[in-house]
Amino acid sequence: MKFTVGWLKDHLDTKKNDNELIEKLTDVGLEVESFDNLSSDLESFKVAKIVNAEKHPNADRLRVCDVDIGEKNTVKVVCGAPNAKKNLLTIYAGPGSIIPKNNMKLTVSKIRGVTSYGMLCSESELNLSQESEGITELKSSHYSDKIGKNFFKNNSEKVVDLSITPNRPDCLGVRGVARDLAAAGAGKLKKISLKDIKKNGSQKIKVSITKDKNQGCTVFGSCLIEGVSNQESPQWLKEKIVSLGQKPISAIVDITNYVMLDLNRPLHAYDADKIDNEIIVRNSKKGETFKALDNKEYKLDDDMCVISDNSGVLGLGGIIGGTRSGTEINTKNILLESAYFLPRSIRKTSKLLNIDTDAKFRFERGIDPQSIEIGLTKAAQLISEICGGKISKFDIQKTSKHEKNKIKFNIFLFEKITGFKVKDKEVIEILTDLGFEISRKKFELDLKIPTWRPDITQPIDIVEEIVRIKGYSNIETLEPEKTRIKDTLNKQQKLFHFLQRSVASKGYFETVTWSFTDSKINTLFKENLKEIKIVNPISSDLDVLRNSIFSNLSFYLKKNLDRGFKDISLFEIGPIFKDRKPGQQLTVIGALKSGKISRLNWKEKERLVDVFDMKKDVIQTIVEAGYNKQSFFIRDKSPSYYHPGKAGSVYLDKDDIEPVAYFGEIHPNIIKKLDIKTEGLVGFEIYLDHLKDNKVKLKDQKSNFEYSDYQKSERDFAFVVDKNYKAQDLIEIISSVDKNLIRSIKIFDVYEGENIPSDKKSIALNVTIQSSQKTLEESDLEKINKLIISTVESKSGAKIRS
Amino acid sequence: MSDIKKIKDEYLNKLDTDLNIEGVNQIKTELFGKNGQISNSFKTLGSLQTDERKKFASELNSIKDELQEKINFKLHEIEIKEINSKLENEKVDVTLPEREINQGRIHPVSQVIDEISSIFSEIGFSVEEGPDIENEHYNFTALNTPDNHPARDMHDTFYLDNNKELLLRTHTSPVQVRTMLNGKPPFKIIAPGRTYRSDSDQTHSPMFHQVEGLHIDKNINMGHLKGCLNYFIKSFFEVDKIKMRFRPSHFPFTEPSAEVDIGYELKDGKIMIGEGDKWLEILGCGMVHPNVLKNVKVNPEKYQGYAFGIGIDRLGMLKYGINDLRAFFETDYRWLNHFGFDPLDVPSNYRGLSR
Repeated sequence: MKFTVGWLKDHLDTKKNDNELIEKLTDVGLEVESFDNLSSDLESFKVAKIVNAEKHPNADRLRVCDVDIGEKNTVKVVCGAPNAKKNLLTIYAGPGSIIPKNNMKLTVSKIRGVTSYGMLCSESELNLSQESEGITELKSSHYSDKIGKNFFKNNSEKVVDLSITPNRPDCLGVRGVARDLAAAGAGKLKKISLKDIKKNGSQKIKVSITKDKNQGCTVFGSCLIEGVSNQESPQWLKEKIVSLGQKPISAIVDITNYVMLDLNRPLHAYDADKIDNEIIVRNSKKGETFKALDNKEYKLDDDMCVISDNSGVLGLGGIIGGTRSGTEINTKNILLESAYFLPRSIRKTSKLLNIDTDAKFRFERGIDPQSIEIGLTKAAQLISEICGGKISKFDIQKTSKHEKNKIKFNIFLFEKITGFKVKDKEVIEILTDLGFEISRKKFELDLKIPTWRPDITQPIDIVEEIVRIKGYSNIETLEPEKTRIKDTLNKQQKLFHFLQRSVASKGYFETVTWSFTDSKINTLFKENLKEIKIVNPISSDLDVLRNSIFSNLSFYLKKNLDRGFKDISLFEIGPIFKDRKPGQQLTVIGALKSGKISRLNWKEKERLVDVFDMKKDVIQTIVEAGYNKQSFFIRDKSPSYYHPGKAGSVYLDKDDIEPVAYFGEIHPNIIKKLDIKTEGLVGFEIYLDHLKDNKVKLKDQKSNFEYSDYQKSERDFAFVVDKNYKAQDLIEIISSVDKNLIRSIKIFDVYEGENIPSDKKSIALNVTIQSSQKTLEESDLEKINKLIISTVESKSGAKIRS
Repeated sequence: MSDIKKIKDEYLNKLDTDLNIEGVNQIKTELFGKNGQISNSFKTLGSLQTDERKKFASELNSIKDELQEKINFKLHEIEIKEINSKLENEKVDVTLPEREINQGRIHPVSQVIDEISSIFSEIGFSVEEGPDIENEHYNFTALNTPDNHPARDMHDTFYLDNNKELLLRTHTSPVQVRTMLNGKPPFKIIAPGRTYRSDSDQTHSPMFHQVEGLHIDKNINMGHLKGCLNYFIKSFFEVDKIKMRFRPSHFPFTEPSAEVDIGYELKDGKIMIGEGDKWLEILGCGMVHPNVLKNVKVNPEKYQGYAFGIGIDRLGMLKYGINDLRAFFETDYRWLNHFGFDPLDVPSNYRGLSR
């Protein structure tokens, strides 16, 4: 919503200066987007005189002019206009100026070998008229003493640009803005001065509103103005329109626009001679078409509110008119429409057809249904003043009365909501200034709501009116009260924050990537989850919700590899989606690691990252979160995007159904498909939702401190087992031999090759044996030694290596 | 008698010379070995008269002690010397680089969420969450934004079905609805999380982060709202003073509504919060609309309170001088390293938000 301060003062009697007004606008909730002098654009246009004009040496149609711009020296301008002659007064734009018509910025440029400093402008280039033949010719009687002065005299006027929230349609007109300012004490709202207009004869074109179901029009007012001579708008009107950055078209169009901007009262002017017999406001039928003023052909659906005549659709009510009945410069008789359309109907139709116009924007938010007549009066008066013509009586068709809504307002509600008091007298003043009609009963106000405020429906809205006009600065700043109802974080949230930092502490960089991803990459990681398409994706390569963290993570890992990084550790913690309903999502940590460990290290031998790097990080992370490693169980199953032989899954307990994590090398096929250029790529995933509540809590009392000072003994064993036999099973068998005496088991070697059958491997372990009751004798140790060997051999088919 | 004194002097002298371990051991044997001179002298004791024997034995013992002590001292001295000379050869260049530790990083968004949670925890708020996929009801209708409301146009929504029933939440406000439907007042929560709008340019990203705040009780008014936000902004930017401005605005789910600006100034191209005469809009808030309370089965006659929504990414940008929102989500290793946080820097009430 744009207007000049001068325009505002048409409605507001104020002594406030510009800055005070701007501040007031902000205070009452009309957000000022900008407050700029249009002059920054317009100041660069100067009255100038051509002191000499010669033919361009290299071009017949161009002239080289010496131009007096009121400075010491003249400037050279190359000009193509046939009327660029010696002594002509015209308008000069220097380098850096922006031409209003095409927003082009001028530069010093060489035209066919001659340098031109700026440009001489035509009226059309300045949006002053359609005149594009030749440069502007200024009357010497008026302009000869103004050489070097700014051409646009209203350029001291600043333009206010407000961002109006959807609840305030009334402020889409200058008068509404003025009313708010007046209520807030910035001045007095002027009365609308309307001269009496002579109305002669009845409106001859019959108008009817049909009783269709969901009829979108409830009031249709009109008047006929006959014998007008449409023309260019007078200067004052042009300047008003131009000052808002719009283009003057013709007096009739400019006047309807002016009334809309001034009173927030959209109007439409038809060429009355093009209307076939009568006006029927009705619902459209599917398949009807019409050509709108935006030069597009629209195909209508059922039940859109149209203004039609006997030949068909003339326009979409409250949205856009049609070309068939549009006014032109030679239009003689016009029918002026001032109507009320229901916001819901407007919104529905414009959404379906995807049309956005100034009228639609206003009707959608709610126009004052009682502004029908004032709109007709003001426009008709201006038209007859400028274009002449005979005005008919007004014809108002109505299917609804649109009476003022009423609410009861308890005065105490204000303090209850805002925490501060305003005197009753002041409350009544504010509401009166805003247009409410009030009758007071003790502490209750009976309010009639002004019809231009469709947003006000209940007492809380009245609180807002009073507090915003009174000023939010009156609200006290109370000390925050610290009462707590619940713990800050619940179990799952604590886990989230803990794991996040736990993984990061292992050298991984946390990243945050989109929740959506490229379906082509997602397919590689989605396993048996449903693909979830976004109907209107931001781009075709972000077209599905992610089923795995790895799709985006691998994409960005690749990008970093392409940047020249080799050894990368990345992770993300966030949602993945199982299906499309709310809640069908899991919280997952996904981590990827590429390249080498100890690359280019003087001390350590470098090696590729491998599955056991991942296993270390994933196990340690879960252990740090408070889970007991002794009960973890590893399976060699993993999703298909991991290397089938070098990946596994972690279960908190052997009997669990769901794994809490996967780890391993990424499948070489995936690396190839994604064209990831790295020597090694491993990853892990932790499913937070599967990490069930830990039974042992940090706050629990610890178990008794028991220890043994008796001597401990260590024994080494080497077993030859089948190649695919799992070390985990071997350890379990050994530890089960004697849970009291066997304190720890460490695998210190795994060997395949010479001296071992090709389908076997040798696992060497070190077992620590210690009693809590006594120092074990050689015979005790011998006994348990033998028991270990015999148990392992019988349970696993292993052979002790001799 | 003079013999043993002679022996003593002779060997003490010997022990003063430069000897190695073998040399000292040789002396030890010569004195105390089976046929050592001292050992032999002891053997002569038996042939002496009682008186003489007593005297000689005592002298012999003291000489023995003296020599032994000297020998031990010498041995110790040699040991030390040998260790020192060994260490001399073991010297390494300690300016060589240490073994590698890979330093991880926490993303600024996560750090800021933790900071926010910590600040609100101090004044009794708890953290709630909601799903990223929402249905139209929770995201709009229950929040007093019916289908025909132009305010819906302010949210460019990602839809998951053609009926526009399922969508990616456009704000964290649906968590308000879910929280209130699932519980009984009072409510005092914040809800940080991901939000989505189909909008993408320099300052808009199709995904961003918000934190919702909600405090509903019997007498929570706009003064409490102001106090809470004033406390939060001051704590978050870790400044003693803050300039804050509440401007009336409009959100369908709050009434009265406000937008909040904070004062700042530009110093060397950086935004300094708390001083200066420029205003920066940082959040939207208001008193929860009675319609919303009715929609979640809370009696607006009995309960009232405020809600607010803050852009997390933007807060982070302001506090930590990050210019480009898009970079947050582009996983540039260099960016993560530069703007990321040490995982040990956990924001907390007692230790403070930052080091």
